[in-house]
Amino acid sequence: MSWFTALLWAALALTLAFLVLPVVAIFIDVGPGELISSLDDPAAQDALWLSLRTSVTAVAIIVVVGTPAAWLLATRSFRGRELVVTLVELPLVLPPAVAGIGLLAAVGPQGVLAPLGVSFTLSTAAVVVALTFVAAPFYLRQAQSAFAALDRSWLDASRTLGAGEARTLARVAIPAAMPGLSAGLALAWGRALGEFGATLMFAGSFRGVTQTVPLAIYERFSTDFTGALGLSAVLVCVSAALLLAVKLAFRAAG
Amino acid sequence: MRRLLVLLACAGLLAACGSEDDPAASAKPQLTVSAAASLKNAFTDYGHTFDAATVRSSFAGSDELAAQIRQGVKPDVFASANTKLPDQLYQEGLVEKPVTFASNELVLAVPADSSVQSLDDLTKKGTTIAMGSESVPVGSYTRKVLDGLPAGKKAAILGNVRSNEPDVGGVVGKVTQGAVDAGFVYVTDVEATEGRLKAIDLPADLKPQVAYGVAVVKGAKHPEQAQQFVDGLLKGAGSEALDRAGFLPPPGT
Repeated sequence: MSWFTALLWAALALTLAFLVLPVVAIFIDVGPGELISSLDDPAAQDALWLSLRTSVTAVAIIVVVGTPAAWLLATRSFRGRELVVTLVELPLVLPPAVAGIGLLAAVGPQGVLAPLGVSFTLSTAAVVVALTFVAAPFYLRQAQSAFAALDRSWLDASRTLGAGEARTLARVAIPAAMPGLSAGLALAWGRALGEFGATLMFAGSFRGVTQTVPLAIYERFSTDFTGALGLSAVLVCVSAALLLAVKLAFRAAG
Repeated sequence: MRRLLVLLACAGLLAACGSEDDPAASAKPQLTVSAAASLKNAFTDYGHTFDAATVRSSFAGSDELAAQIRQGVKPDVFASANTKLPDQLYQEGLVEKPVTFASNELVLAVPADSSVQSLDDLTKKGTTIAMGSESVPVGSYTRKVLDGLPAGKKAAILGNVRSNEPDVGGVVGKVTQGAVDAGFVYVTDVEATEGRLKAIDLPADLKPQVAYGVAVVKGAKHPEQAQQFVDGLLKGAGSEALDRAGFLPPPGT
C-alpha cells in the first residue's frame, strides 16, 4: 500500500469514528431493556405520536404541492428561474433559529399576514408549518433534478402518442423519476422528524400538542438522561430506516 | 479549485475581522460561566467590567446547565435561579460550597396594553398562558404558586397553558410575540423589555422565595478567577450589575 493510500484510509477511519461514535454511544449507554421501558412513559408516547402525525402531514403537503412545482422548474425556462431555484433552496442553509423568527414575523400573531387573519402559533398546525418550511427544499431539490434527468425522448413519445402534459407527468415522468422522488421524500421526512429550533420558537412546547420528539428529548435531558437516550435511540432507528429505504430505492433504480 | 480557494480566503478574512481578541485580552485567562437564562443582562454587563479574566457565559435553563455538569461538562462557575440545584451538585461533589447572591420576584408578565389584571383573569376560557417546564426553576416556582390556589382555579389556569418552555427566555419571547396573553417570569425579565411588557404582582401569600445560588465548579480551569467572579457578585461590580438589572439582595440581608 502506498503512503497515499494509507493516508486515504486513515482519513476515512477518522471520519467514520467521528460520525459514528455519538450514535453508537447512545446505544451503549442505554440497554435494550431501559430503552423499551423509557418508551412506556405516556409523555414519550405522546411525543412519538405527535412527531409521526406532524411529519407525515408536512411531507404530504410537500409532495402534493412540491411535485408539480419541481416539474415546472425542471421543464420550463423562464426569466428569473435561477433566482426562484435559489429562493426555494434558501431554507436549506438557514439556521433553525432564523426559520423560527422568520415564521413568527410572517405568520405569527404579530406577523405580516396577521391582519388577514392568517396566524399560527403554539398549535399542532404551527408545528406542521415549521416542519414544512424546513423540510420542503430537501424534496424540491431532489424532485427537480430527478425530473431534469429524465430522458426527453420518453416524454416526447408520450406527447406524440396524444397524452397531454398532465397525463405525461402522472403516467410517465413520475413513475420514471420515482427513485429520485422517494429519496427526496425520505430526506425531507428525516429533516422534519429532527426539527427542533424552529418548532420551539414558533410552535412552543406542550405535551401532545406541540412537543415533538426532539423537544421531549431536550426536556428530558435535565431530569431523565436515560429517558432522553431512549427517545434518541428511537429517532436514530427511524432515521436510519428512512436512509436505508432511500438506498434501496436507488438500488432498485440502478 | 481556484474559486474554492478564493472562497476559503474570504471566509478566513471574515473570521479574522469578526474576532474581538486584542493582544491584551488574549493574555487573560478565559473564564467560562454557566448561568441561568434570567441572569443574561446582569452577567453580560458584569462580564464586561470583570478585569481578572475574559468572561464567556452560556445562558440556559439552570436545570439544563446542571445536567451538563453532571454529564462532565466543566465550566468555572455555575449560577442558578434557585439554591436547590447548586446544593444538589455540592452534595454530589461536583461544585464547591455554593453561596446565595441575589433574589428575584416571580410575576405575571403581560403586554403593556393587556386587559389581564390578575391571576383570576387567567382562569377565563380563551386566555392563553406560557410557563417554564417543570424542571426549570421558573417553572417550578410557577407551579408552587398554582399549588397555593384552590383546586378549581389551578385546573382552569393549567388548562389555558399553551407552552411549557425550557427556560424563562422562551416564556418572555412567547408573551412579547403575542403568541400567548400572559406568562410567568421574573420581574427582572419584564424590566429588560423596556416597557413592552408589564408586570402584575402576585398575591403576597403566594409569592415564592426566588433566591439565586452560585458556586465554583470543582476542577475549574481557573479557580482563582472563578472565586473572584463569585466574590464580586456579593460585593462589588457584580452586585452593582445585578442591582442595575433589578435583582434584589439575597434573602435575609
